[in-house]
Amino acid sequence: MSDLDALELSGVGMNIDGREILRDVAFEVPSGSWTCVVGPNGAGKTTLLHAVAGLVPFEGDVRLWGVPIASYRRRERARRIALVPQQPVIPEGMTVERYVSLGRTPHLGVLGAEGTADLVAVDTALGRLDLAWARDRRLDTLSGGELQRAVLARALAQEAPLLLLDEPTTGLDLGHQLQVLELVNELRREHGLTVLSTMHDLTLAGRFADGFVLLSQGRPVATGARGDVLDAALIQEHFGANVRVIGDPEVGWAVVPVSGGR
Amino acid sequence: MTRGTRALLLGVAVLLVSVLLGLLVGPVRIAPGDALGWLVSFGHRPSGMSLQQAAILADLRLPRVIVAGLVGAALSASGAAYQAVFRNPLADPYLLGAAAGAGLGATVAVAFGPATAFEITVPLAAFLGALAGVGLAYGLGRSSLGGRSATSLILGGIAVASFLTAVQTFIQQQRSETLRQVYSWILGRLGTAGWDDARVAVPSVVIAVATLWLVRRLLDVIEVGDLEAESLGLNVGRLRLVVVVAASLATAAAVSVAGLIGFVGIIVPHTVRLLTGTSYRRVLPFSVLFGAAFLILVDLVARTAIAPAEIPIGVLTAFLGAPFFVLALRRSGRRIA
Repeated sequence: MSDLDALELSGVGMNIDGREILRDVAFEVPSGSWTCVVGPNGAGKTTLLHAVAGLVPFEGDVRLWGVPIASYRRRERARRIALVPQQPVIPEGMTVERYVSLGRTPHLGVLGAEGTADLVAVDTALGRLDLAWARDRRLDTLSGGELQRAVLARALAQEAPLLLLDEPTTGLDLGHQLQVLELVNELRREHGLTVLSTMHDLTLAGRFADGFVLLSQGRPVATGARGDVLDAALIQEHFGANVRVIGDPEVGWAVVPVSGGR
Repeated sequence: MTRGTRALLLGVAVLLVSVLLGLLVGPVRIAPGDALGWLVSFGHRPSGMSLQQAAILADLRLPRVIVAGLVGAALSASGAAYQAVFRNPLADPYLLGAAAGAGLGATVAVAFGPATAFEITVPLAAFLGALAGVGLAYGLGRSSLGGRSATSLILGGIAVASFLTAVQTFIQQQRSETLRQVYSWILGRLGTAGWDDARVAVPSVVIAVATLWLVRRLLDVIEVGDLEAESLGLNVGRLRLVVVVAASLATAAAVSVAGLIGFVGIIVPHTVRLLTGTSYRRVLPFSVLFGAAFLILVDLVARTAIAPAEIPIGVLTAFLGAPFFVLALRRSGRRIA
């Protein structure tokens, strides 16, 4: 399996009410990699993730480890792809343990009865994300960082090899942003996960991901390694932002906004 | 014994105590031991019990307690179920237009249907009416009132309920010979509940409540919204359809035998949530048990408080329910805003 691409998109397009949302999207996500989709607001990043998760109809071909995604039934697909949405719905009053256990849904029988394997998976996910202490806490009493860990724990309990993260650092302070991204990276290594994420912060994207897709007005305008995609000229063209990309041996790699004209 | 089993046994015990109280209390005194002996021996008259007492138990109090329990269980379970699938704490068979639809359906059946087949036509027409009511409220709330907020669904439901009730009143006026029959039933009546009513209600209530009980774990998944629930592999559309049909069947059965008894679907599930937490794996079973116990006890008050007269039971539940509605409204305030 590992020599195959985890995800392979070709000719993916989508129209809603005659408006073109995505067109001719094509790229590969190697198994075990972290690929990041970047692009300005409204470029279609979230829609692209939803298409890969099978939540919205689209044209074109999406293959998961070589198998067309359309050939999977809903539950089979959910055992292979876990989605962490940008703004997860937090049910009022639900406990952390119950929330994480929802990740087991695609593994349960028709009526949703849980077995030992499910309880173990939930315990493991809670433990891995340092939430065992909070299992009986209500979600709405958690802090932003804890909440994001709970959402990741639910995705981990889903035991899907492909993890889709839609802006996983939204609403977190810098420290928690780094924590969450490092955690994702560790989980990826430990569990051999493949990650496809969207991210606004280009510096963080550039430091964590190993493959990039720049999406602009629904089209992929650049794909490849960091140097090919996160390029000052491309960012100027598609984000309308004047930046300098630096590779300082002390500071590390960063995209820095430049004040004033060029 | 797990915590869940213990809680369930407690719920069953509460229900049994309510049943016993429902059998004991009334103008004719019956010794608790006698009533219990009569009940556990399936109607064998203990030596200390007169024929008259036995007849009162068998023909008046037991069927009334059973019908009250079925109606209470049906309304509470369907309230909890509607709240789950519409993700709306204010959803209730009455506020959604389900009960009004069932009322209209039943009225049409009484006014225009063959008098010989009421036992079949009234519940069936009530069921179709209930489904139509919920469907209209849901469609109206989503399309014309802008969005999925808790209030837009309820406003849709209120609009639908008012309209359907108006049609029902019109039909009653046109068919004044059936007016009395329908009117007494609309006020919510358990006073005449007998074995016929129990026979009408049992199949629908058992099927509907069993269905909701079985899918209770999946109701928690809908809590995270349609998109995320789909990403977890749940067929949300199908589950919502199954649950709405089952809840409407339960509502229709309740309305067919007892008329309009409001707010039970709000009072009971919200109380249960305070006691057991919000997971539907608990909320649903306890809504069934406590819902049955609750209506048996409210009916007890309705028939004894101003005896020999009776307070219409719908008046009592509305009296209790209005404050609960305000409570639910306040709790959901953040989502509405």
